[in-house]
Amino acid sequence: MKGLLSFKNGVHPPENKDITAGIASRRLPFPDEVVLPLSQHIGTPAKSLVQAGDHVERGDVIAEASGFISSAVHATASGTITSIELWPHPGGTMVPSIRIAVDPYSTQLQRPRIVPRWEDVPEEDLSKEIARAGIVGLGGAAFPSHVKLNPPKDQPVELLLLNGCECEPYLTSDHRTMLEQPEKVYLGIRIALKALGISQAVIGIEANKPDAIAMMRNTAPEDLDVTIQPLQVKYPQGAEKMLIKAVTGREVPPGALPAKVGTLVQNVATAANVATVFETGQPLIERIITVTGRGIRQPGNWVIPFGTRLRDVIRHCGGLNEDAAEIVFGGPMMGLGQANLDVPILKATGGILVLSRDECKQQEIMPCIRCGKCLDACPIFLNPQLMGALAKAGRYEEMVTDAHLNDCMLCGCCSYVCPSNIPLSQLFTMSRTQLKKLAAS
Amino acid sequence: MTGNAILDSALVLGGVGLFFGFLIALANKKLQVWEDPRIDDVEELLPGTNCGACGSPGCRAFAEAVVSGSNKPSDCTVMGQEDVDDVANYLGVDAGEATKRVARLLCAGGKAEAARNSDYAGFDTCKAAAAVAGGPKACAWGCLGLADCEDACLLDAIYMNNNALPVVIPELCTACNDCVVTCPKDIFVLMPISQKLIVQCKNLLNGDAAEDLCSVACNTCTKCVADAEPGVIEIIDELAVINYEKNSLTDPKAISRCPTGAIVWVEGQQFEESKFELEKKVV
Repeated sequence: MKGLLSFKNGVHPPENKDITAGIASRRLPFPDEVVLPLSQHIGTPAKSLVQAGDHVERGDVIAEASGFISSAVHATASGTITSIELWPHPGGTMVPSIRIAVDPYSTQLQRPRIVPRWEDVPEEDLSKEIARAGIVGLGGAAFPSHVKLNPPKDQPVELLLLNGCECEPYLTSDHRTMLEQPEKVYLGIRIALKALGISQAVIGIEANKPDAIAMMRNTAPEDLDVTIQPLQVKYPQGAEKMLIKAVTGREVPPGALPAKVGTLVQNVATAANVATVFETGQPLIERIITVTGRGIRQPGNWVIPFGTRLRDVIRHCGGLNEDAAEIVFGGPMMGLGQANLDVPILKATGGILVLSRDECKQQEIMPCIRCGKCLDACPIFLNPQLMGALAKAGRYEEMVTDAHLNDCMLCGCCSYVCPSNIPLSQLFTMSRTQLKKLAAS
Repeated sequence: MTGNAILDSALVLGGVGLFFGFLIALANKKLQVWEDPRIDDVEELLPGTNCGACGSPGCRAFAEAVVSGSNKPSDCTVMGQEDVDDVANYLGVDAGEATKRVARLLCAGGKAEAARNSDYAGFDTCKAAAAVAGGPKACAWGCLGLADCEDACLLDAIYMNNNALPVVIPELCTACNDCVVTCPKDIFVLMPISQKLIVQCKNLLNGDAAEDLCSVACNTCTKCVADAEPGVIEIIDELAVINYEKNSLTDPKAISRCPTGAIVWVEGQQFEESKFELEKKVV
């Protein structure tokens, strides 16, 4: 692993990717019902355009973006809208969601659409098309892609970085995307490059995916200025700022966007879905999702329409093993623990991880011994130990002013290395929620 | 020689001491800021809890405010009527009239009533539990029962009962707002003790969906709306909401047909408690 590009600090948890890395993606049968929350992205929730009783076809827009940083929602299956009501959200709240009773025996074909040739679409309209298709970043944060592709005028982007790191243990959905749809990824890169008016792209892939690196190298179009860059296997290599640091050596200043150092990072799965929009006109309604962990009977990579309830996914994957203990949306490091089997799959859900009892041993939380391991693990050089102490004492404002809580990306490295098993990143999440509440009141 | 050295040092040190003492005495006279001596006396009469319920940052600041006349003695909600009268008599001002307010919990779903859909293991504070999928309770609005409010209460007016619900002791509660701020689910409110009709639920679902989560949830059946005087209760966002501007029209008959017991008539303390827990916890 020596000699590969990387960043300082970070951790290297057991990868556990072999469970699903070799399994080709398949389509999950359509469920009886899909539930589409109006907020699946960062920003203002979408505005519903439908009423109970309306019939919608797969791919129809059912909620429009309400503001610049917002994203449209499309029907992910043909069916009848039963209601718009509060429904459990993977974030732990209840949010207004559109429930669609899926037509039984439907072919689930989409309406024929007129798809513009991307070569003919003017540069400035490309991001509008992407906004219309409801594309958000599929790396996990679900930031609306059209906003990203419109960087501030005073901070020009010169390099497009494609994120194929997939540094979270267990997850293999981006890996499968690169293996199965390399031509789509390249088309997505072309479209993004055109929208940005630049010509250079780099794909960063962790060195534990040699087949993906080889596939991307073999299929690289000759007329495209794209480099495939193998990176050291280390968590969080796929975090935006870490990837920029590893590939370009530039450091994004605190609070600034990657455009500040002339870069823009896009996930490979996002690129592939942008390509789909211009190939078939299909908006963002489904993606490859890794269902894995030792608590699920039949792990695999599945193409799942958004809005499918967790319950249905588990049923189609053979059900839970008897020792299944915890279900997480996303990877084990940053994923969201789930408490309700009715929560729907969202655009940003890259994986469903069902951990067995052995995989998530509960350990007693002990007092901090000031060993400093968390300081050595933090990829952005914060002091998690100090922040943890302040969080426990309820001194949230000081966490921001003295310990730079707002720069923390909640990667969980500190919690992972803590010998006292202190759930530091949980404390930081909690502090941010509390600070938001104080700011609102 | 030795005697001289002692004498010299005594003289020098004594002289320096006298000189600075004189300076301090001078500074005390010249730079003195006059302060109303009544502030100290009033502070003595105040309870000294520094709870902040009056809106001032502590009892000293409140004493200053009372002496200057910008606050009435009764704005201190910790003092009993006798103490308020003492302060008022000392200063020769009107005691003022304050409505007794207490913190009320808008949730009655304890361990026995509310469904849980997962187990939570980790820091046992409500705020930490709320950060993981909203907490282990099925109801996204309900009390998590991990006692953040009990810890936050300076006056020991809150204790957790055996049903894992916080019980507010009205006699001790000063409506200082600490529990309201600390609760991650925002289910504490301060309300005058004269407001006795309370909907102990914030669940925005209706019908069976609400009752599946909690047996004391408001299921939006609207019976209380019909039973109360017109306009007292209305349904807002699938929840019965009491219009406290018409508090004088409220009476216990509104709760008579509530199928779940979400709406209650509260005289004094909100939740029942077994004797054993009471004796153990209340100091």
